[in-house]
Amino acid sequence: MLQKTSLKSNTQIMLIFALVVLSAPIWLTPIGANYPDLLQKFAIFGIFAIGFNILFGLTGYLSFGHAVFLGVGSYTAVWSFKLLTMNVIPAIIFGTALAGIFAVVIGYISLRRSGIYFSILTLAFAQMSYNLAYSVLTPITNGETGLQLNSNDPRLLDAIGRSEEVIGIPSTTLFGLSMKGYSGFYVCAVVLILAFFLSLKIFRSPFGLKLLAIKSNQTRMRYTGFNTRPYLLTAFVISGMYAGLAGTLMAITDPLAGAERMQWTASGEVVLMTILGGVGTLIGPLLGVGIIKYFENIFSALNESALREVFDFLPDSMADAVVFLTHQFVGEGWHLTLGVLFVVVVIFLPGGVMEGINKLNGWIRRKFFDGENNVRNNSSEVDQKVTGSAGEQ
Amino acid sequence: MQSSILRIEGVNKKFGGLNALSNIQLEIEENKTHAIIGPNGAGKSTLLNVCIGRLVPDTGTVTFNGVNMIGLEPYEINHAGMVRVFQTPEIFPELTLLQNVMIPALARRDGLYCFDAFKDMGKQTKIHEEAEAVLEDVDLIKFRDQLAGTISRGDKRRLELAMGLIQHPKLLLLDEPTAGMARHDTNRTIDLLQKIKARGMTKVIIEHDMHVVFSLADRISVLAQGAIIASGTPDEIRGNPVVQEAYLGGEEL
Amino acid sequence: MDAILIQVLNGLDKGGAYALIALGLTLVFGTLGVVNFAHGALFMLGAFCAVSFQQALTISKQVKDESITFFDAYKEQPYLEIWLGDTGTAIIDYAVPLSILFAIPMMLIIGLVMERGLIKHFYKRSHAEQILVTFGLAIVVQEVIRSFFGSNPIPTPAPDIVSGSAAIGVMIGMSENLVYPWWRLIYLSFSITVILAVFAFLRYTTFGMVVRAGMADRETVGLLGINIQKRFTIVFGLAAVVSGLAGVMYAPILPPDYHMGMDFLVLSFVVVVVGGMGSLEGAVAAGFLLGILQSFASMNEVKAILPGIDQIIIYLVAVVVLLVRPRGLMGRVGVMED
Repeated sequence: MLQKTSLKSNTQIMLIFALVVLSAPIWLTPIGANYPDLLQKFAIFGIFAIGFNILFGLTGYLSFGHAVFLGVGSYTAVWSFKLLTMNVIPAIIFGTALAGIFAVVIGYISLRRSGIYFSILTLAFAQMSYNLAYSVLTPITNGETGLQLNSNDPRLLDAIGRSEEVIGIPSTTLFGLSMKGYSGFYVCAVVLILAFFLSLKIFRSPFGLKLLAIKSNQTRMRYTGFNTRPYLLTAFVISGMYAGLAGTLMAITDPLAGAERMQWTASGEVVLMTILGGVGTLIGPLLGVGIIKYFENIFSALNESALREVFDFLPDSMADAVVFLTHQFVGEGWHLTLGVLFVVVVIFLPGGVMEGINKLNGWIRRKFFDGENNVRNNSSEVDQKVTGSAGEQ
Repeated sequence: MQSSILRIEGVNKKFGGLNALSNIQLEIEENKTHAIIGPNGAGKSTLLNVCIGRLVPDTGTVTFNGVNMIGLEPYEINHAGMVRVFQTPEIFPELTLLQNVMIPALARRDGLYCFDAFKDMGKQTKIHEEAEAVLEDVDLIKFRDQLAGTISRGDKRRLELAMGLIQHPKLLLLDEPTAGMARHDTNRTIDLLQKIKARGMTKVIIEHDMHVVFSLADRISVLAQGAIIASGTPDEIRGNPVVQEAYLGGEEL
Repeated sequence: MDAILIQVLNGLDKGGAYALIALGLTLVFGTLGVVNFAHGALFMLGAFCAVSFQQALTISKQVKDESITFFDAYKEQPYLEIWLGDTGTAIIDYAVPLSILFAIPMMLIIGLVMERGLIKHFYKRSHAEQILVTFGLAIVVQEVIRSFFGSNPIPTPAPDIVSGSAAIGVMIGMSENLVYPWWRLIYLSFSITVILAVFAFLRYTTFGMVVRAGMADRETVGLLGINIQKRFTIVFGLAAVVSGLAGVMYAPILPPDYHMGMDFLVLSFVVVVVGGMGSLEGAVAAGFLLGILQSFASMNEVKAILPGIDQIIIYLVAVVVLLVRPRGLMGRVGVMED
């Protein structure tokens, strides 16, 4: 008796996903989220979160060092622009590759321990990199100011065959297609689709199942005949490269690289997005990214006068109090809101939005389609996490 | 004489001042079921841990199929063909039963490390079939899609056994397979083990329960206070006065 | 020789801060088994206790400035000075040490609230979840501080009388040029006193004995019928006070700012890891050791050979320790080994 591949086939999922992503500028318009900057952010952080989820979601290893790979990707990309060409392809290749190399080194050392020791090791590396970027490595990173393009960058590859002087700072291009605005978004979107496809394959592969088994009981895996270290390192490097790719895209859409991206607390943001959406699920992280970036966009822009407008309908004294209270959570206070959200999610809904959806599904099913036994509910929940062979019958 | 697949020679292990194992000399013959019995604290677990690589003995060798096992990593020992069935079930609670047995099957097929991230788990037909077959063997097929963390302890132990069997071990090490079981569970386990025995597999069983031992064993070794005090056929052991004394207030033989 | 001695002193007083924070962290981890990423925030809250105490004392009103005669000028004068004259000025001057009286109950309450409100729900949950929720808490604390106190560091000076330097060289019979700021010497003695007090408490009181037993074997202590929950709360409160005190007295040395908590957090974990998770002595020893190492690494001679080493030395040490001797300098085998 052969199981058919779980819920939907890979092709079906990819078609739907590609459609949703590429048409995002359209269906995001009603909620005012359709402008290029924000859309690019969705795609870029989506890639970052997908990669992080491959490590944290499948193996349970919590890394605070991924911001380092983000930074490496950014810096490498900017240097590619400065030294070689404004074309984004070399930037992407070098940025992702170099992030991968860093990931091999940091991963190899950090994975010699597990659990909290692993997390602390990644923390130490993140802090080290951040400190170095601000101090000793300033020739490469330009320290606090951040690495920027300027008009007398060599751009050697571009210079070949070029006759006139280039004036000013050109913008990043994909073989002539500017990376600003919507075209920039579409390039990021295509990368996102490819990245998602890769993660889909991984989740549904024997490799993915083995990672989940490692998360479930690593000791047992070793006694069953698996050398778990290379598996963990592979997952770490893959997720590190995703982060590098995201960093590269950040620099492509906004050619500036700053060291604050490498702080370990920046890793915290991607952790939150992944957890909010649902750790270990395929689309959970993307949901998390969407929710956080969307509301960040709205909330950060709210200032006191805007709040006053919103609460205009209340009597003055009440309005004052309400505005004062909400003011703490918007604008600069957005980080406060994030922190509170973090705490609330970890306490009450550690499985994130996906867990909430699953529970709702189950509740609806039990209410309206009574008669299913518990076994089915269990396995369909597992499905959301491990869309492997335990498919619905 | 049949060839011995596992040879333990001169193994000593001390923990501080305690002689956990003293000059153990043991030969396990192929295709035979060899039981190791002994009172509590005799050193049975220690011996087992030495065999599968969890403990390194102070002296002595453990040779499996002619290869020295001492100092090897657990996964290397597993690949050599020595598979252990844990006494306290060490399963994968968040995975389904089917997935639990597919993992060991994948280990056999793919080796220590294999980057198969682009294959589709759903298309691994052979693995699925093997997994279902072994679940049927241990009579757990009805739970195949249930999470392993939710089944009863007795079922978990049978799952453990299935996970060991699917690897087609050259030597199966069973650590007190019926410990803590009720009568009918024990009988069920004995039937299962006899079924496996009929297929021809070398087994080493560490046991307390005499009923189990005498139903299954071809040879028995008695361990007491870290040393082997007797070794022989079930009849020989039954009538051995040294053995009877070692079991203070012992089990009925 | 002078330079070396200065660096040692430098390292010791920085190390004192590290040791205190690590001590609190180890208390919490060793007894409660909780990985507390909000621990740096406790240090920061202590520092801001000093800040807010000082700000409260210097609430001022507009007063005519008598010293300027040809037009009406106004200046701010603290109420305390207006009411109590010279005594008022003196009190304001001693704001930082006096704030200890304020900080101790404050930190105790904060610690108790944190434990009862949040931490105790996470005793049974995985370390990863503990890390995440306390990390979130740390962010909340950080942002609340930022909204009340702004983003800039707030200078919180030490009392005038100790704002100068002590001529140590003269005192110990060495060169006249050897001077060291008074306040930092005070800080060093202060941190050693607190550390000794904590150890004395653990050693000589029944409560302390229970805590030590709990650190050695939590399960057994629970089985012995001792109500461990209430003690957990008190231990957490104690840890909060210790870290808070470290922060209070550190305010004159490093003007507190909202990011302080996170900065010291990584440090505190590194110290605990080097010392050995679960070992109080180890935490203290590692704190001082790393403080001194960092000091030496920032000497110009050293930086000339290995640029940037001061920034990364303690992290390098942590990496090496974690790889070579995972249980740390003084940790027990089996604590948190995976």
